[in-house]
Amino acid sequence: MINLYEVTETNKMISEENLDVRTITLGISLLDCIDSDLDKLKDKIYHKIYEAAKDLVKTGEEISREFGIPIVNKRISVTPIALIGGAACKSAEDFASVAQTLDRVAREVGVNFIGGYSALVSKGMTPADELLIRSIPLALSRTERVCSSVNLGSTRTGINMDAVRLMGEMILSTAEYTRENDSLGCAKLVVFCNAPDDNPFMAGAFHGVTEADKIINVGVSGPGVVKTALEKVRGESFEVLCETIKKTAFKVTRVGQLVAQEASAMLQVPFGIVDLSLAPTPAIGDSVADILCEIGLEYAGAPGTTAALALLNDQVKKGGVMASSYVGGLSGAFIPVSEDQGMINAVQAGALTLEKLEAMTCVCSVGLDMIAIPGDTKASTISGIIADEMAIGMVNQKTTAVRVIPVIGKGVGETVEFGGLLGHAPIMPVNSFSCEAFISRKGRIPAPIHSFKN
Amino acid sequence: MKRTIITVVGRDTVGIIAKVCTYLAENGINILDISQTIVQGYFNMMMIVDTVGMKKQFGDMADELASLGEEIGVVIKCQKEEIFDKMHRI
Repeated sequence: MINLYEVTETNKMISEENLDVRTITLGISLLDCIDSDLDKLKDKIYHKIYEAAKDLVKTGEEISREFGIPIVNKRISVTPIALIGGAACKSAEDFASVAQTLDRVAREVGVNFIGGYSALVSKGMTPADELLIRSIPLALSRTERVCSSVNLGSTRTGINMDAVRLMGEMILSTAEYTRENDSLGCAKLVVFCNAPDDNPFMAGAFHGVTEADKIINVGVSGPGVVKTALEKVRGESFEVLCETIKKTAFKVTRVGQLVAQEASAMLQVPFGIVDLSLAPTPAIGDSVADILCEIGLEYAGAPGTTAALALLNDQVKKGGVMASSYVGGLSGAFIPVSEDQGMINAVQAGALTLEKLEAMTCVCSVGLDMIAIPGDTKASTISGIIADEMAIGMVNQKTTAVRVIPVIGKGVGETVEFGGLLGHAPIMPVNSFSCEAFISRKGRIPAPIHSFKN
Repeated sequence: MKRTIITVVGRDTVGIIAKVCTYLAENGINILDISQTIVQGYFNMMMIVDTVGMKKQFGDMADELASLGEEIGVVIKCQKEEIFDKMHRI
């Protein structure tokens, strides 16, 4: 039987160490909504999402109450809209109106984000894909809760450099369109290499075409829990360090698994995956950078950071896979800058640069995340940053992503405030040497040699 | 059997257990196990209860116990047992 010590440990994790379930994300396929009439399409989309998700928030709150664990976000992901809107949307304006439908239904069912304003263009773009991409600035400036993502490359297909070039321009354009709000639109826009179909986290969540009609995916979190556990093993060997992270990750993931199963049963929607990422928030003590410091670094970004992060990421996965049979494709540690007070401190201390962050993305989940850069950064430079990150993902057969925010009207040394979970960020300097000639080449980078595995 | 864990944490005072047990008895909730410690004047109790005979909704019980806790000056939480089982048992 459960004892007092175990109960106290769990409740301390929840009340003092910020253990929470970061998100229950309901994936909904919109393939059966496709119609060549735009109004009919929007109507079908609205009703399908509303019917599927009307109880999502209530169910999340009920589970949270029964187990005494906070469930911070309830969200929705849908089939990439480029596929759904292709037959009906003839202009960027048409696509943006679909985004407004998504925004409206998200508000009505009470979710804080809806992901899937997306295109998958790792090898080439259809006219619909290109139109959707070109509509992103408009869509994100007219909506509040819609998140957009574009998959630009994969290990199997290589990198679509035409799309990389276009996305550099679109990120800058989104920043311009939302300049009144410190270019907030870019915080809801991410580009991927090897994007997973079942990611529950925003801004990159979409419901892949290989998925069932509806699915529940859950993202857990708990950097604070790992940090507190590591405080007790200061100065111990790597073996003890790794063992501690692994055991903690196991416990955290089991909570996610439980919540996922409950949500699945209550909503009568199959359970997909638990994503066991350590996802930080701006709250004090909820930081991945603090874990790195606890492992033995003065600041995140100091020499040794990449090794420490590699170790952390690997142990999180090892503990997590034991806890759930269905673990998501992103699992590991996230290293967003604006959402992690420890990362912000490291940038302000001069310990952490964009280049070091890039190196860190080679060994952790996702990639360059929530990084504010000067508003006068050139589109080709942003495309260069994206291409570098996509190359890391392609060659290492892992997911990588870029979510940078060129803050219009601001420069290095200033800070930008996004509010809520998105946090605040110091604007980081970007290497100012040009990559214009490289980015303006047409076509794609071929798949790497190790993609030929057949 | 539907097992729930009730935890009571706060400054020690006369009648904490009596008040909580009275509430449980009145609502048809059966106590299966109680463990309790006092560390530096702080009262720390865990009860394992069976709520199968309870007529209320889980959320109402949790709210009522929480407000009872406020009256006594302690924090009372109700959680279904599975969260602890999942976390601490393979």
